[in-house]
Amino acid sequence: MNRRIWRRTRSGLMVGLVGLAVVLALVPLGLILGHLLVKGAGSLDWAFFTRGPAPTGVEGGGVVHAIVGTLIIVGVASLMGLPVGIAAGIYCAEYPGTRLATATRFVADVMNGTPSIVVGVFAWTWIVAPQKHFSAFAGSVALAFLMVPMVLRTTEEMIKLVPHSLREAALALGYPRWRTSLAVVVRTTLPGIVTGSLLAVARIAGETAPLLFTALGSQFLSTRIDQPMAALPLVVFNYAIGPFEEWHRLAWATALVLILVVLVLSVAARIATRGRFTLRG
Amino acid sequence: MTAVAPAFRIPPATTPATPSRTVLETERLTAMYGKVTALANVSLRFDANRVHALIGPSGCGKSTFLRTLNRMHELAEGGWITGRVLLDGEDVYAPRVNPMQLRKRVGMVFQKPTPFPTMSIYDNVAAGLRVDRGRAARVGLDETVERALRSAALWDEVKDRLRTSALGLSGGQQQRLCIARTIAPRPEVILLDEPTASLDPLGTQRIEELLFRLKEAFTIVIVTHNLQQAARVSDTTTFFYLGQMVETGPTRQIYTAPTEARTEAYITGRFG
Repeated sequence: MNRRIWRRTRSGLMVGLVGLAVVLALVPLGLILGHLLVKGAGSLDWAFFTRGPAPTGVEGGGVVHAIVGTLIIVGVASLMGLPVGIAAGIYCAEYPGTRLATATRFVADVMNGTPSIVVGVFAWTWIVAPQKHFSAFAGSVALAFLMVPMVLRTTEEMIKLVPHSLREAALALGYPRWRTSLAVVVRTTLPGIVTGSLLAVARIAGETAPLLFTALGSQFLSTRIDQPMAALPLVVFNYAIGPFEEWHRLAWATALVLILVVLVLSVAARIATRGRFTLRG
Repeated sequence: MTAVAPAFRIPPATTPATPSRTVLETERLTAMYGKVTALANVSLRFDANRVHALIGPSGCGKSTFLRTLNRMHELAEGGWITGRVLLDGEDVYAPRVNPMQLRKRVGMVFQKPTPFPTMSIYDNVAAGLRVDRGRAARVGLDETVERALRSAALWDEVKDRLRTSALGLSGGQQQRLCIARTIAPRPEVILLDEPTASLDPLGTQRIEELLFRLKEAFTIVIVTHNLQQAARVSDTTTFFYLGQMVETGPTRQIYTAPTEARTEAYITGRFG
């Protein structure tokens, strides 16, 4: 009897500790979101989303230039990074034993751990410096470099989840190897690959360091990819370190928009995974 | 203790007296994984419109043998063979033979049902027909799919939901769907690798009944762990043990009067 009570007490204690850890993990997220809402939500109005920046010292103004800029820079980066990452991930999963796959996997892991500012320096050295001017394209290249290893690894992991029996079933029907890979294996994991891609997009949308000396930032609404361009993280950075109260207000609001964009992408990734994504019957 | 008698019905002499043409044949077939021999020196003949059962304990090489027949064995790590496999008298391992084309003539059904999860019931059955014919497969596709589903005794259960996911079917239905998918391109031979191992008794019974009908149109080779099943469904039985083909013959003879002591020991449940 005594032992049972002791066991229950211990169990309750452990559950309590684990629950406490969960709460501790959630506290920073709650604090950040709450703080952003308090400081930034008040500044979100129609002008914020439709106007460019106001002249220094003037109240109001918006970040439409940065919203458009982020969409373009991240879009171009995705066009370059996603196909390469997905294709390389398929290769690594389908030909796991080959030397190229092993090397690719190693490089991807190293790149995953590379600080993003280093990637920015790299893009500056190879694109900005030779061209002698900053450009949104250089920023996209830097972000694409960050995307490739992330997408590669998630794609590979997703494909590895496909049961071997499914592959065999396709081969036994007379499917050539490449059709088995595409029509059955990749097709089955498509929702997972989409999820991985969306998460990678969300991840790089918030990157600031690689854009600092590539896209640079701009005060004007621009769609020219060979010229400097504004982006949401850059706006946050520049406004936050600026001396004006008005800038700080805009920085908070921009940060809120940025985190909402990331949140929407993550939720979209969740929805893409749900429902039809079942590997076993 | 008296000798253990088989705890199940001895099959009647189901083999028709009429002789049948040999469809599939192996000559001194040896299957290897790298340097490991999985199966040595097997020579067997499979006649048309019969059910041939391959029995034996786990690891005896019967599944490997089955996979050499449609060249799935060579897809395994280090898989290679010596000897010959003849389909209608032609060596399937000849250099000019395309394994993909061979697998359309020698279909295969696996232990676990393997419907393609992203495809509808209809598309699953049509999958094998669309492989190399693409759009041309559309001509008469509905009829072919229906015929395959009817042959697999699944049509009545799925005819109103052909466009729904194949994952909505029960395990037994999924396995019959896989059979329909296999027979839709009209192969000559159907290989079944323990097709009922993951099914409940009712699902198992339906597959077994199906085999009786399918052998009218196909030559069937079935690997099974289940001795009763081999006795119930097959015309000939081959016993494998430790990578050797021990004995082969009409099922009734294998079960009632085996010539090898090892066969008798296995059949009567003394090992394996």
